[in-house]
Amino acid sequence: MPILTAHNVTMRFGGLVAVDNVSFSARRGDITAIIGPNGAGKTTLFNCITGFYRPTGGTLTISHHEDAHPLRLDKLPGHAIAHKGRVARTFQNVRLFAGMTVLENLLVAQHNKLQDATGFGVLGILGLGRYRHAEREAMEQAKAWLHATGLYERADDPAGSLPYGAQRRLEIARAMCTDPVLLCLDEPAAGLNPRESAGLNELLQKIRKDGCSLLLIEHDMGVVMKISDQIVVLDHGKKIADGTPAEIRSDPVVIAAYLGESEEDADAAEAAR
Amino acid sequence: MSRLADMLKDAGVVAFFALLVFAPFIGVQLGSNLRGALTLAPTPMTLAVAVAVVFCARLAVLTLAQHRAAVTLPRMPVRVQDYLAPAMLVLGVVLPFLPFLPNAYIDTATLILIYVMLGWGLNIVVGLAGLLDLGYVAFYAVGAYSFALLATNFDLSFWECLPIAGILAACWGIFLGFPVLRLRGDYLAIVTLAFGEIIRLVITNWVSLTGGPNGILGIPHPTLFGLKFTMSADPGTFAGFFHIDPTPRQHLTFLYYIILALALITNWVTLRLRKQPLGRAWEALREDEIACRSLGINVRNTKLTAFAIGAMFGGFAGSFFATREGFISPDSFVFMESATVLSIVVLGGAGSQLGVVLAAIVMAGVPALMQSLQIYRMLIFGLALVAIMVFKPRGFIAQRRPSVTLGATKRIGAEFISQGRG
Repeated sequence: MPILTAHNVTMRFGGLVAVDNVSFSARRGDITAIIGPNGAGKTTLFNCITGFYRPTGGTLTISHHEDAHPLRLDKLPGHAIAHKGRVARTFQNVRLFAGMTVLENLLVAQHNKLQDATGFGVLGILGLGRYRHAEREAMEQAKAWLHATGLYERADDPAGSLPYGAQRRLEIARAMCTDPVLLCLDEPAAGLNPRESAGLNELLQKIRKDGCSLLLIEHDMGVVMKISDQIVVLDHGKKIADGTPAEIRSDPVVIAAYLGESEEDADAAEAAR
Repeated sequence: MSRLADMLKDAGVVAFFALLVFAPFIGVQLGSNLRGALTLAPTPMTLAVAVAVVFCARLAVLTLAQHRAAVTLPRMPVRVQDYLAPAMLVLGVVLPFLPFLPNAYIDTATLILIYVMLGWGLNIVVGLAGLLDLGYVAFYAVGAYSFALLATNFDLSFWECLPIAGILAACWGIFLGFPVLRLRGDYLAIVTLAFGEIIRLVITNWVSLTGGPNGILGIPHPTLFGLKFTMSADPGTFAGFFHIDPTPRQHLTFLYYIILALALITNWVTLRLRKQPLGRAWEALREDEIACRSLGINVRNTKLTAFAIGAMFGGFAGSFFATREGFISPDSFVFMESATVLSIVVLGGAGSQLGVVLAAIVMAGVPALMQSLQIYRMLIFGLALVAIMVFKPRGFIAQRRPSVTLGATKRIGAEFISQGRG
């Protein structure tokens, strides 16, 4: 059973159809990429999956493990997507808690787990009971992700003071601290230099190995072709192709809509300069 | 050379506007002649001096800017901050026993502590959760009237009413929060402002319950385990029980310690909550609401808890206010009070507990202590506030101390901290 199934998802804003009857499924343990030209509806589809928009039509289901009862994401309220749906996300323009430390960012991500252990705040305020245990566990998880993202040395610095690449890694670590089964990344490689890009690649592979499936939007074709197992191509809100990187690379429709066009344009622009 | 000419021109323009502004205020003096009719006597000399001062001040500012000598107040060294809080706590505890301190100062200190408590309560909403609340006085009023009505109608004592008043205020916080918290920023501020006014108008007009503009008289003073503080030395009073001479100082000291204890409880709860998931969620909400949602934090409930807990402490402070005064009326719960408390939070540096104390001393204590300056009091006060906000735009203490660390605690500078307003 695939981890995420989108069935006829449609998102309308007034007369504008941003996502038009898109169906696809993301396999468990795979890295699935959504690509497409600007304005193809990638981010809108993403926002539907992560609960920021409620799709006007269609269904989105997630199944946490092989024989789990599938859960309808489109029925859950926004904040429950991360908590009950176990879908975490990052943002195209990094959204960290800039005035809080790196460590605090990772603890905020574990809010629900910790809040449940505080016994309506009373045990927490008095520092008693299972709260202490829960807090220690949360710190261990945070530390593990600090090591995994190479941010351990910066744990007590404000998140806003980190360089851009580190902020992106922190955002991924923060999303992972919610214990997701599906991590959605909105252009994780944007603005990264080749070295940081390679580091990101490694991090994503590690996340996948640890049992979390990935769904990503990406513009950087180098990254997409290298790491994804499956690619979904959108254009003008419609799905135009779906397959392995090799299939996508040779798909004439995709080349016409996206790859060929944009690369030729880029080359032409370069030559003109 | 042209630089000097530019500066003179700039200062001249500023002086011209100063002339326009000052002319009706300083340029003429209202008096009366022998027949009792009002007269307006021009006072050109005073006006000239005022304009000259502005001209010179502007020149001085420009000169300083030329030399790039940035005029900033020195940042409070971290060491001083670490010792300031315990020092103020010790001073707060021993204050009533300083023999040379007149009674009026104890009374002023009590007033300051009421504002400290209100400031700490509002700090949860504005400083931590980043919700701009302009109607905080509503909860103060709910607390005061809950206590006054319960005490005068059902003969309950201060200690019985205190928790009830706090809970009622918290309920009103939730009641208000539900419809309001879907709004953000300026809209939230306007609606909370309106809510504060609604509560005051209801109190004013519901004459049968609240006595309307006449207020409520005869609110009992608090007792120490049943011992009253009166000027007679009856056996049932504090002085009679301990066989000492009754003095007004005893009652003032008792009131002072009650509000000190209440304020310290507020502070303790806030400091503990800041290190809890809830407190961290409030601060995260101030930093980025959308990111909070993506992490599974229930934004509405988290905002509601901030509102309710802030309102509860406002209610406690209101009860204390009622029992201290013995009389309350709607006049005590005007918008000006909300504005003062908000100023205390902003001036102190949003989120900083120590900052609130310093700001409360400035905002509540200084006007009370400058009574002798009469009409110039508010002028000086206003100028001081403007100066503080120019030189310390993020308040006295703008840094944030992380709630949890792996290594040594490093304070976070104001440049990273968002002010919220969500």
